[in-house]
Amino acid sequence: MSDIMKPETEDQVLEAVRWASSGNAKILEIVGQATKRGLGRPVTADAVLDLSGLSGITLYEPEELVMTARAGTSVSEVKAALDDANQMMAFEPWSPMGLYGTQTDTHDSSGGGTVGGMFAAAVAGPRRPLVGSARDHMLGFHAVSGRGEAFKSGGRVVKNVTGFDLTKLMAGSMGTLAVMTDVSFKVLPKPEKSRTILVFGAADPGQAMRAAQNSPYEVSGVAHLPVNVVTLSAVSYVQGAGTGVTAVRVEGPAPSVEVRCTALRELLSVYGEVEELHTTNTKTLWQEIRDVSYFAGDRQVWRLSVTPSEGPTIAEQLNGEHFFDWAGGLIWLAMDPKDDAGVDQVRGAIASGHATLMRASDDVRRRVAVFQPQQGGVAQLMKRVRAGFDPYGIFNPRRM
Amino acid sequence: MKMPTPDAKTIARRSEIIDRLRAIVPGEGVIVDENELSTYECDGLMAYKQLPMVVVLPQTTEQVSKILKTCHELDVKIVPRGAGTGLSGGALPLADAVTVGLGKFKSILDIDYENRCVVVQPGVTNRAITDAVEDEGFYYAPDPSSKIACTIGGNIAENAGGMHCLKYGLTTNNVLGVEMVLMDGEVIRLGGKHMDAGGMDLLGAITGSEGLLGIITEVTVRILKQPDTAKALLVGFPSVEAGGACVAKIIGAGIIPGAMEMMDKMAIGAMQQFVDSGYPLDVDSLLVVELDGPEAEVTYLTERVREIAESVGSTFLRVSENEAERQQFWKGRMSAFPSVGRISPDYLTMDGTIPRHRLPDVLTRMNELSDKYGLRVANVFHAGDGNLHPLILFDANVAGELDNAEAFGHDILRLCVEVGGVLSGEHGIGVEKRDLMGEMFTEDDIKQQQRLKCAFDANGLLNPGKVFPTLHRCAELGKMSVKDGKLPFPDIPRF
Repeated sequence: MSDIMKPETEDQVLEAVRWASSGNAKILEIVGQATKRGLGRPVTADAVLDLSGLSGITLYEPEELVMTARAGTSVSEVKAALDDANQMMAFEPWSPMGLYGTQTDTHDSSGGGTVGGMFAAAVAGPRRPLVGSARDHMLGFHAVSGRGEAFKSGGRVVKNVTGFDLTKLMAGSMGTLAVMTDVSFKVLPKPEKSRTILVFGAADPGQAMRAAQNSPYEVSGVAHLPVNVVTLSAVSYVQGAGTGVTAVRVEGPAPSVEVRCTALRELLSVYGEVEELHTTNTKTLWQEIRDVSYFAGDRQVWRLSVTPSEGPTIAEQLNGEHFFDWAGGLIWLAMDPKDDAGVDQVRGAIASGHATLMRASDDVRRRVAVFQPQQGGVAQLMKRVRAGFDPYGIFNPRRM
Repeated sequence: MKMPTPDAKTIARRSEIIDRLRAIVPGEGVIVDENELSTYECDGLMAYKQLPMVVVLPQTTEQVSKILKTCHELDVKIVPRGAGTGLSGGALPLADAVTVGLGKFKSILDIDYENRCVVVQPGVTNRAITDAVEDEGFYYAPDPSSKIACTIGGNIAENAGGMHCLKYGLTTNNVLGVEMVLMDGEVIRLGGKHMDAGGMDLLGAITGSEGLLGIITEVTVRILKQPDTAKALLVGFPSVEAGGACVAKIIGAGIIPGAMEMMDKMAIGAMQQFVDSGYPLDVDSLLVVELDGPEAEVTYLTERVREIAESVGSTFLRVSENEAERQQFWKGRMSAFPSVGRISPDYLTMDGTIPRHRLPDVLTRMNELSDKYGLRVANVFHAGDGNLHPLILFDANVAGELDNAEAFGHDILRLCVEVGGVLSGEHGIGVEKRDLMGEMFTEDDIKQQQRLKCAFDANGLLNPGKVFPTLHRCAELGKMSVKDGKLPFPDIPRF
């Protein structure tokens, strides 16, 4: 049973890391609320560094569109503060609840996890093609390296080319480079109005999705749910469709949303019958898509990031259930558990892109590379980059 | 500005190096003649000049790879160069280095409308990407002022911005993939037509790395559909404070304009004198606000912006009535540099970013500095994202004025950092701001950045003397800290 250290200050984090890197290096598992422990190769650690006590929003200036929070601040606390100012994290981070059933705040199903964990896993939802991913919204951070040195990079402003952009490296690094102690990120106003256009039974869903995505109507989500997935939706128009449903979200000022919806209905009517969802149904549907709640349970789940036009062809080659986000560029795939999670079949289907095994048992995630292995030169380069941050390999080793 | 001492041994081997390069790039691709080399003696930061030891203009990735491999073997330094429009001296040559110009990498390789992306070679200009796709109604969003001349490779090196990055993001948010050559000649690919390169985000780290990590030989960028309509508003205010308040209120109301530019009285005068853009001369600050999208949205937001402007006391307000007028409104702002060039023999362009609400304070203190140094300053400002471009006016022919202007500029950047901002928003550190890195970063911050450099270029051969005041040796940076026995278990709450 490993010790759990729960620092409450930056200095205590520094002390913990210095301890771990001294003498015979001790391995630390870096966690926030541990809601995404199911993502990545399981870590066997000498001690757990639990950052959930390093909590609190330290700067929030709504008119500057920026927030800084300590790494252990719960996402639900951040969302509550943003709600008060009618703002949001525009990259639409998914809640770990859908995939991992982990829920730490029973009052708010959209929360779960900590700010540090959210950026470390770089989670982003349906709005990603329009506004960018977690990495595009993270502005700066403070951290402690595996050498036991406190350092920072980036800042609190959006436009910044001052030194190397270590912030991008930190986003999505799964806690393998350094222990972040705080994060600054961009926030944006919530849209005044949200609507969804549904297209029923498109014969070529890929084409329907791309027609919407490539229109000038600034869509903020383009997904397609095949007929076997629509039944899992809580939105009645979708659930009872009896055919595949292509969903297109439109957000913005009210008069603009109305005009764009009208234009999109016309544009998309050649692909099938169209229907329009209002605020509540729109919210429910895109939360389901974002959180992958259709695949709640125990099946193995893959996430494939591919060239959008190739999405449908790739999905056809795969066994199991799937649905598309990002206009076909993101495939969520659920399949019955296999010892190797069908890794060769899944990765073999992708010519350009990558696949992540988002959910599988600990045993399977020890055997199968959860994150797509990189080609020789890039793999070596990443290894050298990692050694520059964590030379003793004490942070979440091999999790990524 | 002190550059690294040229290595006499390398210079002594010049003819050998030239022979080796000629074996890779035949004919006129290797430039050795002093007159021809002078074309490459500086970039957009013209206060600094240095003749390169030799210039090589490769045409293929294979040639770039061989050049770097050879120089790696021979321990010869490299300075990468795009169009040479950079404003921070990132492409300033070194007397003992080979300048590798990417000007011959001019092909557009693939236009993929279905996946909204374009694959180009790094020497393609920023504007040429939009030119290639605009007939189909698409464009490439980042739009630095130098877009007609600057190359996409250079845009990645400096993480270039522009007027429209408030809404559409900087270069880093619009690049999907690259092919690049590492210093040892290895060719790697990061990302592609899909979203988010897998694994560690190296693509994000090389964007804005100012030619210190590798040479980019191919780029995949995202293109966007042109908005249906765009309108520009000119809004004048009796004070800088009122202009600043207007910007804050627009953003506070949840409106993110396509672009939102601000200028002060001296800049307004210089621009209006240079080109008639309809700018009022009796205001202290002027905003150009561009709203784009479906016509209904633009009409709606125009009214909201008008209300906000009036509520903070605007004294001048015009909305463009047609495309020609919209372009006229932009003309002055777009020609900020030549306008100022007309009223002063020389000028230095600064590039700090500040939290927006500190603007009035920063401008007041900048005026105090202007008095102190006895130099005029004109301000143009990407108001939406807090990126300041003070233009310091001076005359290089007056002894000591360049030094004085630089000292003034450094004080402005220190001020930016002091109020919570950064040294560079979009021009990069290069040599210009190199010695100010310590104003923003601690020694440990800088060491951590240099460890990234070591992972890419352990011998420090790529673009030395740029970005970092001193480059620590990688052996020293990589040294394991002294592990003095065991530290006791830390005194932290435990469970």
